[in-house]
Amino acid sequence: MKIGMVCPYSWDVPGGVQQHIRDLAETLIDEGHDVSVISAADDDTPLPPYVVPAGRAVPVPYNGSVARLSFGFLSVSRVRRWINQGGFDVLHVHEPGIPSLSLLACWVATGPIVATVHTAIPRSRILLVTYPVVRTGLEKINGRIAVSEAARTTLVEHIGGDAVVIPNGVATRRYRKAEPLPGWPGPGGAIGFLGRLDEPRKGLAVLLKAFEILGPQRPGLRLLVAGPAADAEEVLYRVPADLRDRVVLLGQVSEDDKVRVLHSVDLFCSPNTGGESFGIVTAEAMAAGLPVVASDIDAFRQVLDGGEAGELFTVGDAADLARAAGHLLDDPARRAELSAAALAAVAQYDWSVVARDVIRVYETVMLGRTRVAVAPDTGAFP
Amino acid sequence: MIADIILIIAGALFVGVYVSWRAGRIDRLHARVDMARVALDVTLLRRSSVAQELATSGLLDPATSLLLAGAVYGTRGGDRPRDLAESDLTRALQAAFSQPDFRASLSGKEGADELLAEVEEAAYQVFVARKFYNDLAAVTRDARSRPLARVLRLSGHAKAPVFFEMDDSLIADKPGAWMGPAGHTMG
Repeated sequence: MKIGMVCPYSWDVPGGVQQHIRDLAETLIDEGHDVSVISAADDDTPLPPYVVPAGRAVPVPYNGSVARLSFGFLSVSRVRRWINQGGFDVLHVHEPGIPSLSLLACWVATGPIVATVHTAIPRSRILLVTYPVVRTGLEKINGRIAVSEAARTTLVEHIGGDAVVIPNGVATRRYRKAEPLPGWPGPGGAIGFLGRLDEPRKGLAVLLKAFEILGPQRPGLRLLVAGPAADAEEVLYRVPADLRDRVVLLGQVSEDDKVRVLHSVDLFCSPNTGGESFGIVTAEAMAAGLPVVASDIDAFRQVLDGGEAGELFTVGDAADLARAAGHLLDDPARRAELSAAALAAVAQYDWSVVARDVIRVYETVMLGRTRVAVAPDTGAFP
Repeated sequence: MIADIILIIAGALFVGVYVSWRAGRIDRLHARVDMARVALDVTLLRRSSVAQELATSGLLDPATSLLLAGAVYGTRGGDRPRDLAESDLTRALQAAFSQPDFRASLSGKEGADELLAEVEEAAYQVFVARKFYNDLAAVTRDARSRPLARVLRLSGHAKAPVFFEMDDSLIADKPGAWMGPAGHTMG
Protein backbone atom coordinates (compact mmCIF):
# COMPACT_ATOMS: atom_id res chain seq x y z
CA MET A 1 0.00 0.00 0.00
CA LYS A 2 1.32 3.48 -0.83
CA ILE A 3 0.71 5.75 2.15
CA GLY A 4 1.26 9.50 2.29
CA MET A 5 1.46 10.79 5.85
CA VAL A 6 1.44 14.44 6.93
CA CYS A 7 3.22 15.67 10.06
CA PRO A 8 1.97 19.11 11.19
CA TYR A 9 4.92 20.00 13.42
CA SER A 10 8.60 20.50 12.84
CA TRP A 11 10.28 17.09 12.53
CA ASP A 12 13.36 17.99 14.59
CA VAL A 13 11.40 19.28 17.60
CA PRO A 14 10.66 16.50 20.11
CA GLY A 15 6.95 15.94 20.64
CA GLY A 16 4.31 13.30 21.06
CA VAL A 17 2.79 13.73 17.60
CA GLN A 18 6.15 13.52 15.82
CA GLN A 19 7.05 10.44 17.85
CA HIS A 20 3.70 8.82 16.98
CA ILE A 21 4.20 9.47 13.27
CA ARG A 22 7.78 8.18 13.33
CA ASP A 23 6.82 4.97 15.12
CA LEU A 24 3.76 4.37 12.93
CA ALA A 25 5.63 5.08 9.68
CA GLU A 26 8.57 2.84 10.61
CA THR A 27 6.26 0.03 11.66
CA LEU A 28 4.31 0.25 8.39
CA ILE A 29 7.58 0.28 6.41
CA ASP A 30 8.74 -2.82 8.32
CA GLU A 31 5.56 -4.55 7.27
CA GLY A 32 6.30 -3.86 3.62
CA HIS A 33 4.23 -0.74 2.97
CA ASP A 34 5.52 2.21 1.01
CA VAL A 35 5.34 5.26 3.29
CA SER A 36 6.25 8.87 2.60
CA VAL A 37 5.94 11.50 5.33
CA ILE A 38 5.86 15.20 4.54
CA SER A 39 6.83 17.33 7.50
CA ALA A 40 7.63 20.87 8.43
CA ALA A 41 11.44 20.87 8.39
CA ASP A 42 14.27 23.03 7.13
CA ASP A 43 15.75 21.80 3.88
CA ASP A 44 19.09 21.10 5.57
CA THR A 45 17.72 19.18 8.58
CA PRO A 46 18.98 15.59 8.55
CA LEU A 47 15.90 13.45 7.95
CA PRO A 48 15.14 9.74 7.68
CA PRO A 49 14.85 8.61 4.05
CA TYR A 50 11.04 8.41 4.19
CA VAL A 51 10.58 12.08 5.23
CA VAL A 52 10.13 14.86 2.67
CA PRO A 53 10.76 18.40 4.00
CA ALA A 54 8.05 20.98 3.33
CA GLY A 55 10.27 23.94 4.04
CA ARG A 56 11.08 26.19 6.92
CA ALA A 57 8.82 25.90 9.94
CA VAL A 58 7.98 29.27 11.43
CA PRO A 59 7.53 29.72 15.19
CA VAL A 60 4.06 31.19 15.59
CA PRO A 61 1.76 31.73 18.54
CA TYR A 62 -1.31 29.54 18.40
CA ASN A 63 -3.74 28.77 21.18
CA GLY A 64 -1.62 30.48 23.79
CA SER A 65 1.66 28.72 23.06
CA VAL A 66 4.28 28.87 20.33
CA ALA A 67 4.54 26.09 17.78
CA ARG A 68 6.80 25.65 14.78
CA LEU A 69 4.45 25.19 11.85
CA SER A 70 4.39 25.32 8.07
CA PHE A 71 1.72 27.30 6.27
CA GLY A 72 1.34 29.69 3.38
CA PHE A 73 1.29 29.30 -0.37
CA LEU A 74 4.85 27.93 -0.62
CA SER A 75 3.84 25.08 1.68
CA VAL A 76 0.71 24.61 -0.42
CA SER A 77 2.78 24.14 -3.55
CA ARG A 78 5.17 21.71 -1.80
CA VAL A 79 2.25 19.64 -0.56
CA ARG A 80 0.64 19.69 -3.99
CA ARG A 81 3.86 18.53 -5.67
CA TRP A 82 4.33 15.78 -3.06
CA ILE A 83 0.78 14.50 -3.66
CA ASN A 84 1.16 14.71 -7.44
CA GLN A 85 4.38 12.71 -7.43
CA GLY A 86 3.44 10.31 -4.64
CA GLY A 87 0.62 8.37 -6.27
CA PHE A 88 -0.69 7.48 -2.81
CA ASP A 89 -3.46 4.99 -2.16
CA VAL A 90 -4.35 6.80 1.02
CA LEU A 91 -3.48 10.13 2.65
CA HIS A 92 -3.11 10.14 6.44
CA VAL A 93 -3.03 13.58 8.07
CA HIS A 94 -2.37 14.21 11.76
CA GLU A 95 -3.92 16.97 13.85
CA PRO A 96 -5.87 18.62 11.00
CA GLY A 97 -7.51 21.17 13.31
CA ILE A 98 -4.48 23.43 13.68
CA PRO A 99 -3.01 25.75 11.04
CA SER A 100 -0.54 23.36 9.47
CA LEU A 101 0.51 21.16 6.56
CA SER A 102 -2.20 18.70 7.57
CA LEU A 103 -4.96 21.21 7.00
CA LEU A 104 -3.33 22.26 3.72
CA ALA A 105 -3.10 18.64 2.57
CA CYS A 106 -6.82 18.07 3.25
CA TRP A 107 -7.61 21.18 1.26
CA VAL A 108 -5.37 20.32 -1.68
CA ALA A 109 -6.17 16.62 -2.01
CA THR A 110 -9.05 14.46 -3.15
CA GLY A 111 -9.43 10.73 -2.60
CA PRO A 112 -9.21 8.59 0.53
CA ILE A 113 -8.16 10.77 3.47
CA VAL A 114 -7.70 9.55 7.05
CA ALA A 115 -7.15 11.97 9.92
CA THR A 116 -5.81 11.31 13.41
CA VAL A 117 -6.61 13.73 16.22
CA HIS A 118 -4.15 13.65 19.12
CA THR A 119 -5.12 16.42 21.52
CA ALA A 120 -8.28 18.04 22.69
CA ILE A 121 -8.27 21.66 21.49
CA PRO A 122 -11.06 23.38 23.40
CA ARG A 123 -11.11 26.47 21.25
CA SER A 124 -11.20 24.86 17.85
CA ARG A 125 -14.96 24.55 17.50
CA ILE A 126 -15.69 28.19 16.87
CA LEU A 127 -12.74 28.55 14.55
CA LEU A 128 -13.33 25.43 12.55
CA VAL A 129 -17.02 25.97 11.89
CA THR A 130 -16.82 29.69 11.18
CA TYR A 131 -14.21 29.61 8.49
CA PRO A 132 -15.43 28.23 5.18
CA VAL A 133 -11.94 27.85 3.77
CA VAL A 134 -11.03 25.63 6.74
CA ARG A 135 -14.31 23.71 6.69
CA THR A 136 -13.91 22.78 3.03
CA GLY A 137 -10.67 20.99 3.83
CA LEU A 138 -11.96 19.13 6.86
CA GLU A 139 -15.11 17.94 5.13
CA LYS A 140 -13.00 15.83 2.78
CA ILE A 141 -11.82 13.55 5.58
CA ASN A 142 -13.27 10.03 5.13
CA GLY A 143 -11.84 8.18 8.11
CA ARG A 144 -11.27 9.58 11.58
CA ILE A 145 -9.00 8.20 14.28
CA ALA A 146 -8.62 9.53 17.83
CA VAL A 147 -5.76 8.45 20.07
CA SER A 148 -7.90 8.69 23.23
CA GLU A 149 -11.51 9.06 24.32
CA ALA A 150 -10.89 12.74 25.13
CA ALA A 151 -9.52 13.34 21.64
CA ARG A 152 -12.49 11.46 20.18
CA THR A 153 -14.95 13.73 21.98
CA THR A 154 -13.19 16.82 20.63
CA LEU A 155 -13.17 15.43 17.15
CA VAL A 156 -16.83 14.45 17.15
CA GLU A 157 -17.93 17.80 18.57
CA HIS A 158 -15.72 20.03 16.46
CA ILE A 159 -15.18 18.35 13.14
CA GLY A 160 -18.19 16.05 13.05
CA GLY A 161 -18.63 12.39 12.18
CA ASP A 162 -17.66 9.56 14.47
CA ALA A 163 -14.13 8.34 15.07
CA VAL A 164 -12.47 5.07 16.02
CA VAL A 165 -10.18 5.18 19.02
CA ILE A 166 -6.77 3.70 18.27
CA PRO A 167 -4.35 4.44 21.13
CA ASN A 168 -0.67 5.22 20.78
CA GLY A 169 1.47 2.16 20.42
CA VAL A 170 4.57 1.32 22.39
CA ALA A 171 7.76 0.81 20.40
CA THR A 172 8.58 -2.19 22.60
CA ARG A 173 11.71 -3.04 20.62
CA ARG A 174 13.30 0.26 21.57
CA TYR A 175 13.00 -0.53 25.30
CA ARG A 176 14.23 -4.11 25.23
CA LYS A 177 17.96 -3.47 25.75
CA ALA A 178 20.10 -0.69 27.18
CA GLU A 179 23.26 -0.13 29.18
CA PRO A 180 22.47 0.73 32.85
CA LEU A 181 23.76 4.06 34.15
CA PRO A 182 27.19 3.63 35.80
CA GLY A 183 26.86 2.31 39.37
CA TRP A 184 23.19 1.31 39.06
CA PRO A 185 21.19 -0.50 40.35
CA GLY A 186 23.78 -1.16 43.07
CA PRO A 187 23.87 -3.91 45.69
CA GLY A 188 21.07 -2.50 47.88
CA GLY A 189 18.54 -2.37 45.06
CA ALA A 190 16.87 0.56 43.34
CA ILE A 191 13.36 1.80 42.56
CA GLY A 192 12.68 3.94 39.48
CA PHE A 193 10.22 6.74 38.77
CA LEU A 194 9.59 8.68 35.53
CA GLY A 195 7.40 11.75 35.18
CA ARG A 196 6.94 15.37 36.17
CA LEU A 197 8.08 15.75 39.76
CA ASP A 198 5.79 18.65 40.62
CA GLU A 199 2.59 17.36 39.01
CA PRO A 200 0.67 15.99 42.03
CA ARG A 201 -1.26 13.44 39.95
CA LYS A 202 2.00 11.74 38.95
CA GLY A 203 2.18 10.74 42.62
CA LEU A 204 5.86 11.22 43.42
CA ALA A 205 4.84 12.37 46.93
CA VAL A 206 3.34 8.91 47.61
CA LEU A 207 6.55 7.22 46.51
CA LEU A 208 8.70 9.52 48.67
CA LYS A 209 6.48 8.76 51.70
CA ALA A 210 6.86 5.03 51.01
CA PHE A 211 10.62 5.50 50.77
CA GLU A 212 10.57 6.99 54.27
CA ILE A 213 9.29 3.58 55.42
CA LEU A 214 11.48 1.44 53.15
CA GLY A 215 14.70 3.45 53.39
CA PRO A 216 15.53 2.91 57.08
CA GLN A 217 14.76 -0.85 56.78
CA ARG A 218 17.03 -1.31 53.75
CA PRO A 219 20.27 0.62 54.10
CA GLY A 220 21.43 0.25 50.48
CA LEU A 221 18.11 0.96 48.73
CA ARG A 222 18.11 3.97 46.38
CA LEU A 223 15.50 5.90 44.41
CA LEU A 224 16.20 6.95 40.80
CA VAL A 225 13.90 9.77 39.70
CA ALA A 226 13.85 11.17 36.16
CA GLY A 227 11.62 13.98 34.98
CA PRO A 228 11.37 17.75 34.83
CA ALA A 229 10.50 19.96 37.79
CA ALA A 230 10.21 23.70 38.27
CA ASP A 231 12.09 23.39 41.56
CA ALA A 232 13.99 20.13 42.10
CA GLU A 233 15.56 21.38 45.38
CA GLU A 234 12.12 21.76 46.88
CA VAL A 235 11.29 18.14 45.97
CA LEU A 236 14.44 16.89 47.65
CA TYR A 237 13.70 18.82 50.84
CA ARG A 238 10.54 16.79 51.31
CA VAL A 239 12.78 13.76 51.95
CA PRO A 240 14.14 13.38 55.52
CA ALA A 241 17.76 14.60 55.68
CA ASP A 242 19.29 11.18 56.46
CA LEU A 243 17.69 9.64 53.33
CA ARG A 244 18.33 12.55 51.00
CA ASP A 245 21.59 11.28 49.49
CA ARG A 246 19.81 8.07 48.46
CA VAL A 247 17.29 9.89 46.28
CA VAL A 248 18.89 10.73 42.94
CA LEU A 249 17.17 13.31 40.71
CA LEU A 250 18.24 13.23 37.06
CA GLY A 251 16.02 16.04 35.76
CA GLN A 252 14.60 15.73 32.27
CA VAL A 253 16.29 12.94 30.29
CA SER A 254 16.52 12.17 26.55
CA GLU A 255 14.59 9.29 24.97
CA ASP A 256 17.75 7.15 24.95
CA ASP A 257 18.59 7.95 28.56
CA LYS A 258 15.03 7.15 29.56
CA VAL A 259 15.59 3.57 28.37
CA ARG A 260 18.87 3.45 30.30
CA VAL A 261 17.10 4.66 33.45
CA LEU A 262 14.61 1.80 33.09
CA HIS A 263 17.49 -0.67 32.89
CA SER A 264 19.20 0.87 35.94
CA VAL A 265 16.59 -0.14 38.53
CA ASP A 266 15.16 -3.36 39.98
CA LEU A 267 11.63 -2.15 40.28
CA PHE A 268 9.51 0.47 38.56
CA CYS A 269 6.92 2.48 40.45
CA SER A 270 3.85 4.19 38.92
CA PRO A 271 2.27 5.91 41.94
CA ASN A 272 -0.12 8.10 39.89
CA THR A 273 -3.23 9.22 41.71
CA GLY A 274 -5.27 9.75 38.54
CA GLY A 275 -5.37 11.61 35.27
CA GLU A 276 -3.89 8.78 33.21
CA SER A 277 -5.84 7.44 30.25
CA PHE A 278 -3.40 4.69 29.29
CA GLY A 279 -0.19 4.78 31.26
CA ILE A 280 2.35 4.94 28.45
CA VAL A 281 5.29 5.26 30.85
CA THR A 282 4.20 2.14 32.72
CA ALA A 283 3.90 0.27 29.42
CA GLU A 284 7.41 1.40 28.45
CA ALA A 285 8.79 0.09 31.75
CA MET A 286 7.04 -3.21 31.05
CA ALA A 287 8.62 -3.28 27.58
CA ALA A 288 12.00 -2.96 29.30
CA GLY A 289 11.10 -6.12 31.23
CA LEU A 290 10.85 -4.31 34.58
CA PRO A 291 8.62 -5.56 37.37
CA VAL A 292 6.11 -2.80 38.09
CA VAL A 293 4.36 -1.61 41.24
CA ALA A 294 1.46 0.65 40.30
CA SER A 295 -1.50 2.32 41.97
CA ASP A 296 -4.76 0.50 41.25
CA ILE A 297 -6.31 3.16 38.99
CA ASP A 298 -8.24 1.94 35.92
CA ALA A 299 -5.50 2.73 33.42
CA PHE A 300 -2.87 0.69 35.28
CA ARG A 301 -5.24 -2.12 36.15
CA GLN A 302 -5.84 -2.48 32.43
CA VAL A 303 -2.24 -2.28 31.22
CA LEU A 304 -1.08 -4.63 34.02
CA ASP A 305 -3.74 -7.17 33.10
CA GLY A 306 -5.66 -6.77 36.37
CA GLY A 307 -2.52 -7.34 38.45
CA GLU A 308 -1.26 -10.41 36.59
CA ALA A 309 1.62 -8.49 35.00
CA GLY A 310 2.55 -6.26 37.94
CA GLU A 311 1.70 -5.51 41.57
CA LEU A 312 -1.13 -3.08 42.33
CA PHE A 313 -1.38 -1.08 45.55
CA THR A 314 -4.17 1.10 46.97
CA VAL A 315 -4.02 4.46 45.23
CA GLY A 316 -2.43 7.17 47.41
CA ASP A 317 -1.54 4.70 50.22
CA ALA A 318 2.20 4.99 50.91
CA ALA A 319 2.20 2.18 53.49
CA ASP A 320 0.60 -0.20 51.01
CA LEU A 321 3.14 0.81 48.38
CA ALA A 322 6.01 0.21 50.85
CA ARG A 323 4.57 -3.24 51.63
CA ALA A 324 4.20 -4.23 47.94
CA ALA A 325 7.60 -2.85 46.94
CA GLY A 326 9.27 -4.46 49.98
CA HIS A 327 7.90 -7.89 49.08
CA LEU A 328 9.20 -7.60 45.52
CA LEU A 329 12.64 -6.33 46.57
CA ASP A 330 12.99 -9.41 48.84
CA ASP A 331 11.86 -11.88 46.23
CA PRO A 332 14.00 -12.08 43.05
CA ALA A 333 12.03 -15.09 41.78
CA ARG A 334 8.75 -13.16 41.92
CA ARG A 335 10.44 -10.24 40.14
CA ALA A 336 11.59 -12.50 37.32
CA GLU A 337 8.07 -13.88 37.06
CA LEU A 338 6.54 -10.40 36.82
CA SER A 339 9.18 -9.34 34.32
CA ALA A 340 8.22 -12.17 31.96
CA ALA A 341 4.50 -11.48 32.49
CA ALA A 342 5.03 -7.76 31.78
CA LEU A 343 6.85 -8.47 28.52
CA ALA A 344 4.04 -10.79 27.42
CA ALA A 345 1.29 -8.37 28.45
CA VAL A 346 2.80 -5.31 26.79
CA ALA A 347 3.11 -7.08 23.44
CA GLN A 348 -0.56 -6.31 22.70
CA TYR A 349 0.23 -2.57 22.84
CA ASP A 350 3.14 -2.85 20.43
CA TRP A 351 3.05 -0.63 17.36
CA SER A 352 2.81 -3.68 15.10
CA VAL A 353 -0.59 -4.46 16.65
CA VAL A 354 -1.71 -0.83 16.59
CA ALA A 355 -0.59 -0.45 12.96
CA ARG A 356 -2.84 -3.36 11.99
CA ASP A 357 -5.86 -1.41 13.27
CA VAL A 358 -4.74 1.66 11.35
CA ILE A 359 -4.38 -0.40 8.15
CA ARG A 360 -7.95 -1.58 8.66
CA VAL A 361 -9.13 2.05 8.66
CA TYR A 362 -7.10 2.69 5.48
CA GLU A 363 -8.72 -0.27 3.78
CA THR A 364 -12.20 0.90 4.73
CA VAL A 365 -11.78 4.40 3.29
CA MET A 366 -10.10 3.06 0.14
CA LEU A 367 -13.10 0.92 -0.77
CA GLY A 368 -14.57 2.14 -4.04
CA ARG A 369 -12.44 5.26 -4.12
CA THR A 370 -9.76 6.29 -6.54
CA ARG A 371 -6.24 7.22 -5.52
CA VAL A 372 -5.21 10.41 -3.81
CA ALA A 373 -4.92 13.28 -6.28
CA VAL A 374 -4.74 17.05 -6.32
CA ALA A 375 -8.17 18.70 -6.22
CA PRO A 376 -8.74 20.86 -9.30
CA ASP A 377 -10.48 23.71 -7.43
CA THR A 378 -7.35 24.81 -5.55
CA GLY A 379 -5.60 25.68 -8.79
CA ALA A 380 -6.04 29.38 -8.15
CA PHE A 381 -3.11 29.24 -5.76
CA PRO A 382 0.38 29.22 -7.22
CA MET B 1 4.59 95.56 59.68
CA ILE B 2 2.03 96.20 56.97
CA ALA B 3 4.66 95.35 54.42
CA ASP B 4 5.28 92.00 56.15
CA ILE B 5 1.58 91.14 56.12
CA ILE B 6 1.29 92.05 52.46
CA LEU B 7 4.31 89.90 51.75
CA ILE B 8 2.83 86.91 53.63
CA ILE B 9 -0.55 87.30 51.91
CA ALA B 10 1.16 87.61 48.53
CA GLY B 11 3.28 84.57 49.33
CA ALA B 12 0.24 82.51 50.40
CA LEU B 13 -1.63 83.63 47.29
CA PHE B 14 1.29 82.63 45.11
CA VAL B 15 1.59 79.20 46.73
CA GLY B 16 -2.18 78.70 46.41
CA VAL B 17 -2.17 79.59 42.72
CA TYR B 18 0.87 77.42 42.10
CA VAL B 19 -0.58 74.39 43.88
CA SER B 20 -3.89 74.75 42.10
CA TRP B 21 -2.06 75.04 38.77
CA ARG B 22 -0.12 71.84 39.56
CA ALA B 23 -3.31 70.05 40.54
CA GLY B 24 -5.02 71.24 37.38
CA ARG B 25 -2.14 70.01 35.29
CA ILE B 26 -2.25 66.57 36.88
CA ASP B 27 -5.98 66.49 36.31
CA ARG B 28 -5.61 67.43 32.64
CA LEU B 29 -2.89 64.82 32.23
CA HIS B 30 -5.18 62.12 33.59
CA ALA B 31 -7.91 63.19 31.21
CA ARG B 32 -5.51 63.09 28.27
CA VAL B 33 -4.19 59.69 29.30
CA ASP B 34 -7.76 58.36 29.41
CA MET B 35 -8.38 59.69 25.91
CA ALA B 36 -5.16 58.14 24.67
CA ARG B 37 -6.16 54.80 26.18
CA VAL B 38 -9.51 54.93 24.39
CA ALA B 39 -7.72 55.78 21.15
CA LEU B 40 -5.38 52.82 21.67
CA ASP B 41 -8.34 50.51 22.26
CA VAL B 42 -9.97 51.72 19.07
CA THR B 43 -6.86 51.07 17.00
CA LEU B 44 -6.43 47.60 18.51
CA LEU B 45 -10.05 46.75 17.72
CA ARG B 46 -9.67 48.08 14.20
CA ARG B 47 -6.53 46.01 13.64
CA SER B 48 -8.25 42.92 14.97
CA SER B 49 -11.25 43.41 12.68
CA VAL B 50 -9.23 43.94 9.49
CA ALA B 51 -7.10 40.90 10.39
CA GLN B 52 -10.36 38.98 10.73
CA GLU B 53 -11.46 40.23 7.33
CA LEU B 54 -8.18 39.07 5.81
CA ALA B 55 -8.58 35.65 7.47
CA THR B 56 -12.06 35.16 6.01
CA SER B 57 -11.34 36.80 2.65
CA GLY B 58 -10.55 33.53 0.88
CA LEU B 59 -7.35 35.14 -0.43
CA LEU B 60 -5.14 33.07 1.87
CA ASP B 61 -4.58 29.35 2.22
CA PRO B 62 -6.58 27.68 5.01
CA ALA B 63 -3.59 27.29 7.35
CA THR B 64 -2.71 30.99 7.26
CA SER B 65 -6.41 31.83 7.58
CA LEU B 66 -6.77 29.66 10.66
CA LEU B 67 -3.58 31.07 12.15
CA LEU B 68 -4.89 34.64 11.84
CA ALA B 69 -8.38 33.66 12.95
CA GLY B 70 -6.96 32.00 16.06
CA ALA B 71 -4.96 35.11 16.93
CA VAL B 72 -7.97 37.40 16.35
CA TYR B 73 -10.09 35.12 18.50
CA GLY B 74 -7.51 35.41 21.28
CA THR B 75 -7.82 39.20 21.35
CA ARG B 76 -11.58 39.02 21.89
CA GLY B 77 -11.50 38.00 25.51
CA GLY B 78 -10.65 34.52 26.63
CA ASP B 79 -8.12 33.53 29.24
CA ARG B 80 -5.05 35.15 27.71
CA PRO B 81 -4.14 38.62 29.05
CA ARG B 82 -4.85 41.41 26.57
CA ASP B 83 -1.23 42.50 26.04
CA LEU B 84 -0.09 38.92 25.29
CA ALA B 85 -3.04 38.24 22.99
CA GLU B 86 -2.39 41.45 21.03
CA SER B 87 1.30 40.55 20.76
CA ASP B 88 0.26 37.12 19.45
CA LEU B 89 -1.79 38.84 16.75
CA THR B 90 1.23 40.97 15.80
CA ARG B 91 3.34 37.84 15.43
CA ALA B 92 0.67 35.98 13.50
CA LEU B 93 0.39 38.90 11.06
CA GLN B 94 4.17 39.04 10.79
CA ALA B 95 4.32 35.32 10.09
CA ALA B 96 1.74 35.69 7.32
CA PHE B 97 3.25 38.81 5.77
CA SER B 98 6.87 37.67 5.96
CA GLN B 99 6.36 34.64 3.72
CA PRO B 100 8.64 35.08 0.71
CA ASP B 101 6.77 36.76 -2.15
CA PHE B 102 3.63 37.05 -0.03
CA ARG B 103 2.53 40.25 -1.77
CA ALA B 104 3.45 39.04 -5.22
CA SER B 105 1.38 35.90 -4.75
CA LEU B 106 -1.72 37.94 -3.94
CA SER B 107 -1.40 40.94 -6.20
CA GLY B 108 -3.91 40.95 -9.01
CA LYS B 109 -6.52 39.18 -6.92
CA GLU B 110 -9.77 41.04 -6.37
CA GLY B 111 -9.40 43.44 -3.44
CA ALA B 112 -6.11 41.96 -2.23
CA ASP B 113 -3.93 45.08 -2.44
CA GLU B 114 -6.50 47.27 -0.67
CA LEU B 115 -6.98 44.73 2.13
CA LEU B 116 -3.24 44.28 2.72
CA ALA B 117 -2.77 48.07 2.79
CA GLU B 118 -5.60 48.34 5.29
CA VAL B 119 -4.03 45.74 7.59
CA GLU B 120 -0.70 47.57 7.46
CA GLU B 121 -2.34 50.91 8.09
CA ALA B 122 -4.16 49.47 11.11
CA ALA B 123 -0.94 47.95 12.47
CA TYR B 124 0.80 51.29 12.03
CA GLN B 125 -1.97 53.08 13.92
CA VAL B 126 -1.59 50.67 16.83
CA PHE B 127 2.12 51.46 16.90
CA VAL B 128 1.47 55.21 17.00
CA ALA B 129 -1.43 55.08 19.45
CA ARG B 130 0.52 52.94 21.88
CA LYS B 131 3.51 55.26 21.70
CA PHE B 132 1.29 58.29 22.44
CA TYR B 133 -0.41 56.51 25.30
CA ASN B 134 2.79 55.29 26.93
CA ASP B 135 4.46 58.71 26.57
CA LEU B 136 1.51 60.39 28.27
CA ALA B 137 1.40 57.68 30.92
CA ALA B 138 5.08 58.31 31.66
CA VAL B 139 4.57 62.09 31.97
CA THR B 140 1.50 61.60 34.17
CA ARG B 141 3.25 59.12 36.45
CA ASP B 142 6.16 61.53 36.75
CA ALA B 143 3.86 64.45 37.66
CA ARG B 144 2.10 62.29 40.28
CA SER B 145 5.33 61.18 41.86
CA ARG B 146 6.72 64.67 42.58
CA PRO B 147 7.03 65.32 46.35
CA LEU B 148 4.54 68.20 46.38
CA ALA B 149 1.96 66.16 44.43
CA ARG B 150 2.43 63.23 46.78
CA VAL B 151 2.29 65.22 50.02
CA LEU B 152 -0.80 67.23 49.01
CA ARG B 153 -2.34 64.25 47.17
CA LEU B 154 -2.92 66.38 44.09
CA SER B 155 -3.98 63.44 41.96
CA GLY B 156 -6.99 62.75 44.18
CA HIS B 157 -8.61 59.38 43.57
CA ALA B 158 -7.39 58.99 39.98
CA LYS B 159 -5.38 55.78 39.55
CA ALA B 160 -1.87 55.93 38.18
CA PRO B 161 -1.92 55.04 34.46
CA VAL B 162 -0.35 51.67 33.64
CA PHE B 163 1.96 51.29 30.66
CA PHE B 164 0.59 49.07 27.89
CA GLU B 165 3.41 46.77 26.83
CA MET B 166 3.06 44.63 23.73
CA ASP B 167 4.93 43.58 20.64
CA ASP B 168 3.73 45.99 17.96
CA SER B 169 6.72 45.76 15.66
CA LEU B 170 5.51 46.55 12.21
CA ILE B 171 4.73 44.15 9.46
CA ALA B 172 7.70 43.87 7.15
CA ASP B 173 8.32 42.13 3.87
CA LYS B 174 11.74 41.11 5.03
CA PRO B 175 13.45 41.75 8.35
CA GLY B 176 14.41 45.41 8.64
CA ALA B 177 12.36 46.69 5.73
CA TRP B 178 9.09 48.43 6.41
CA MET B 179 6.93 49.01 3.37
CA GLY B 180 4.50 51.32 5.11
CA PRO B 181 1.48 52.99 3.60
CA ALA B 182 2.33 56.11 1.60
CA GLY B 183 2.90 59.15 3.77
CA HIS B 184 4.42 57.38 6.74
CA THR B 185 8.14 57.07 7.09
CA MET B 186 9.63 55.02 9.81
CA GLY B 187 13.10 55.18 11.22
